Amino acid sequence: MSTMTLSHASRRRGRPYRNMTLSHAADLRTVRGPWRITFAFALAAVFVALPLRISDATLGTLVLCGAFAIGAIGLNLLIGLTGQVSLGHAAFVAIGAYCTSYLGDGRGWPFLAYFVTAIVLGLVAGAVIGPFALRLRGNYLAIVTIGLVFVAEHVLRNWESLTRPVRGTAPTRDAAVAIGPLDFGAGLDLGSAVYTREQSMFWLTWALVALAAVVAHNLTRSRVGRAMQAVRDRDLAAEVIGVEPGRTKIGAFAVASAMGAAAGVIYALGLGAIDYQELSGIHGLFMSITFVAIIILGGLGTVQGSILGALLVIYGQRFIANEGAAMPILGIPVERDWMSTGELNGVLFGGLIIVFLLLEPRGLAALWARVRTWFQGWPFSY
Amino acid sequence: MSTTVTVVGTEALVETLFSGVAVGAKYALVALGFVIVFKATRVLNFAHASFVLLGGFITWQLAAEWGVNFYLALPLAMVGGALIGAVLQTALLQRLLGEKPFSIIMITIGVLYVFDNLTSAIWGPEDRDLPDPWGSRTIDLGSVNLAVADLWTIGVTSAAVGAFFLFFRYSSLGLGMRATADDQEAALATGIDARRVHLAAWATAGALGTLAGAMLSSGAGSVGPSLGAVAFVAFPAMIVGGLESPVGAVVGGLLIGLIQQLTALLQPEYAAWLGSGFDRVAPFAVMVIILLVRPYGLFGEPEVRRI
Repeated sequence: MSTMTLSHASRRRGRPYRNMTLSHAADLRTVRGPWRITFAFALAAVFVALPLRISDATLGTLVLCGAFAIGAIGLNLLIGLTGQVSLGHAAFVAIGAYCTSYLGDGRGWPFLAYFVTAIVLGLVAGAVIGPFALRLRGNYLAIVTIGLVFVAEHVLRNWESLTRPVRGTAPTRDAAVAIGPLDFGAGLDLGSAVYTREQSMFWLTWALVALAAVVAHNLTRSRVGRAMQAVRDRDLAAEVIGVEPGRTKIGAFAVASAMGAAAGVIYALGLGAIDYQELSGIHGLFMSITFVAIIILGGLGTVQGSILGALLVIYGQRFIANEGAAMPILGIPVERDWMSTGELNGVLFGGLIIVFLLLEPRGLAALWARVRTWFQGWPFSY
Repeated sequence: MSTTVTVVGTEALVETLFSGVAVGAKYALVALGFVIVFKATRVLNFAHASFVLLGGFITWQLAAEWGVNFYLALPLAMVGGALIGAVLQTALLQRLLGEKPFSIIMITIGVLYVFDNLTSAIWGPEDRDLPDPWGSRTIDLGSVNLAVADLWTIGVTSAAVGAFFLFFRYSSLGLGMRATADDQEAALATGIDARRVHLAAWATAGALGTLAGAMLSSGAGSVGPSLGAVAFVAFPAMIVGGLESPVGAVVGGLLIGLIQQLTALLQPEYAAWLGSGFDRVAPFAVMVIILLVRPYGLFGEPEVRRI
């Protein structure tokens, strides 16, 4: 009797373990095994069916979650993969949001035109900011990027033609959201069925989240992604093996900012009006912190973590803000006693960051990975 | 310079320089607290903003609610601030020694959220006056008006900074702090208790943050939830001076304060195209320019990297 008994499936595929890869192409494949295909189909089914089941208010929250997920996917490429800390992400979200207002709502540009313009502007802005990362490292870079949100505040406060009708605020309600015959803004009309704006926006937003996830995943598993990780782990060593740290850092900043701007478009469309005080200045810094918290809670350097984190943080915050007054959350009688929902949100948010960093620094994605490894290692799980 | 003086006026310039020094002194206090913690423990402490906020509220609670004499309430509040800093270090940050800097930054941001929101839950969201004995009185020196609160701020800050430097230079604990900052292993080998040093650093930062909070809310200022936001404007002061340098924090604070006030006075006149309220971003602009020339600040230590 041989010492190693191959399972039937393994013998058929000619390898000793079901996850062992024998070629580079197999290592890079997107579709990995029947379970993942099943999972992908289940997600797609949820994506299609969910808007038919739940209320428009919840869908509005999920659109916002989607916007933050797109921005977080971009920021994760920068922080998680390339290791460049940025606390100025809200400034790039503001670029997208004001493109939507000025070009989409004010000038009546079609959706794809202002969406692409926002992405290009975000790309350019990121490429302009990127070179700072060549000279500054770690803590210094983190604080210089804080400067971005204050500079953005100054620009938005003074750029009066951009911020109508009240200084600083800008509507996005009338921005067209139509791709070809599909009008997401007015609600999809497929002849036999008519859907609301919220339902349509949900489909659009989460399709874009999926697109961003695919882009980020492909970046991660290609040469660019490996270069980013090499720069993160040790940029001198990366340079020795032929990776240009400068180009990689600037590229990472550009991609992250472009995704931030894309997130800004969805954010602006989801809210219907934007306020520069929410996107820049001290609240902009808090928004940037929210993005960083999302990728930490979700899992640094993972795409699915960015999405899970956005759902947890944004949905949780909205849930407490909307429902907190009506029911005691975690046994704390909000509003009736001494703590408002906003304050409870802040305390929970801060507490979550602390607890996750102490107990599970690799985030929700690691919890998921742990469950997966348990099943993969079965019957030798430990 | 002569053209400047003829257009703006000597009195206005003197008053601006004076208030610039006063504002700079407050920034210097905040930045010094940041730098002490960073130098001793390598933690970039965002929760310092909460020390400033809590400090303002504790001083207010003592002086306004409980009727303690202001000159007594201030040191009492500083003791309270030092306690909060020490508790934070023992309860939380001591466990995180050796973590990645980024994780530690995020932990202190978590603490910032918890403290800020608890503060506004306890004391409410409205602004209130600190019952300081200085109010909005001014002293007239000829045609130049100087605010009494500003004079006191400069005096108290000088005293606090002087006391800190004496402590840092001559006391055994200060020597231990310098030794630990220089080389932690060597310091441990000579018998210096690193925990005690870290605790002292956090307590000092808590006390300095409290003092900064009280000074910021004295005079024309007020105690309110936005008090801590000043700490973020003090970031440029700390960075300009260099993260490891207490001297740099004081120089950076004064520099940023002066630049901010001079910008507020001169920029609407000479560079109106920069837009209104440019003095609020001027610190960040100065910070970026200085960092591009000297990436480790004016007094910071260039990082030596092993290849």
